[in-house]
Amino acid sequence: MDAAVTSIDTGHGSASVTDILLLKLHNAGLRRNGQDLLTDVCLGFDDRRLTVILGPNGAGKTLLLKLCHGLIAPTSGTVTWAHPELLTAPRGQSMVFQRPVILRRSVAANIEYALRVCGVNRAARPQRLQTALELAGLSGLATRSARVLSGGEQQRLALARAWAIQPQVLFLDEPTSHLDPGATRSIERMILSIRESGTKMIMTTHDLGQARRLADEIVFLNHGRVAEHSDATTFFQQPETPEARAFVEGRLLW
Amino acid sequence: MDDLQSALATALRLVISADAGLLEIVFLSLRVSLTAVTLAAVVGMPLGALVALQRFPGRAAVVTFLNSLMGLPPVVVGLLVYMLLSRAGPLGEHGLLFTPTAMVIAQTLLVLPIIAALTRQTLADLHREYAEQLQSFRVPAWRGALTLLWEGRFSLLTAILAGFGRASAEVGAVMIVGGNINHVTRTMTTAIALETSKGDLPLALGLGFVLITLVIAINALALSVQRLESRV
Repeated sequence: MDAAVTSIDTGHGSASVTDILLLKLHNAGLRRNGQDLLTDVCLGFDDRRLTVILGPNGAGKTLLLKLCHGLIAPTSGTVTWAHPELLTAPRGQSMVFQRPVILRRSVAANIEYALRVCGVNRAARPQRLQTALELAGLSGLATRSARVLSGGEQQRLALARAWAIQPQVLFLDEPTSHLDPGATRSIERMILSIRESGTKMIMTTHDLGQARRLADEIVFLNHGRVAEHSDATTFFQQPETPEARAFVEGRLLW
Repeated sequence: MDDLQSALATALRLVISADAGLLEIVFLSLRVSLTAVTLAAVVGMPLGALVALQRFPGRAAVVTFLNSLMGLPPVVVGLLVYMLLSRAGPLGEHGLLFTPTAMVIAQTLLVLPIIAALTRQTLADLHREYAEQLQSFRVPAWRGALTLLWEGRFSLLTAILAGFGRASAEVGAVMIVGGNINHVTRTMTTAIALETSKGDLPLALGLGFVLITLVIAINALALSVQRLESRV
């Protein structure tokens, strides 16, 4: 890959130089109405591990995710993709929102819509649709109106829809924050099988248990700053910063 | 009282026997209003979508203007179209005044703001909900607009029915530009308005029945559209 990419300062030096950095943020900041929402974010993401952006409510997790996904632009610093076309190409990346927008059509039509607008070859669509429905366990509900599904089923559909286009990066914003434990388990199972398939995922959560269950690496965000960026095992066993230690030990941060 | 009763009986007979004169008027009314609503929808829905989704200076003023036009008095529309189409008017050379075409033009202008304003409202509401998801899919603006139109299809259908209700029940505009000419431009509403004063009560009453039935049918249809929406 691009030689320049490997020499990038990842901020906290956790990603080794042998990793291919798919996406990097350099001194990225976001300022709105005189308030710094994100400050000096320096991060590099490789192209395979499951990254969990962890932090208390209001830390700026969702904004960081949207910044990476290109939904908002940083007011300072840069967000750079190893392959610039990944930023604008419909199939480069996709995102599951905290409250997903479910289209007023059938379950299958929701997935077909994503495949169509993202330019997936017509001939490849039926197979992709079937695989996505199976992944979400929604094959039996394919013809059902998507808007009448339960919250958990809708979130599974949103995840399957985002995954169906086979993005290089899949962003997940608090995918289980509105779900009961049962529905949360199904979503986490889906996330793990998507990781098996080799898709890069970057997700936010404020749920420590979920981060432990899913993460390969952790970005710990506090007050709009990256406090820590390390392997999940390292992070949970020896958090470097006092804030991270407090969070891991379950003492709330304000 | 006897007069009224016999008029009622004759009116019912006219409706039940599908009287040729009555049917002619009903069909002309439907033809004019349906054509007008179709034209208004074809122009009004893209117009509403444009105002809802496109940022341009003076947009707030356009929205206010569009919403006010919904309450446009039919006689005023009739007057404007009359001036436009009369011999001395800018379109006078086409000789359209007192033809069904003139009535279609007037009703289209009457219904257009209704459909455009309701479309704008529907799409603006949907856009708030969908914008980020569409941006995430990297959907170009034109495709986003089509998506929102389809997502709002039930509300848009209701808007079209509202437009049709307005067109088929109005009398002012078609009266002025149509002139209630027998066999040519006589619609249900103009016939009721003018035949009553000439004493042809049965025909007016019979047409009244048809008109009320039509209005009830439109409302029933609108209600079932809303029911359908809650299940999709």
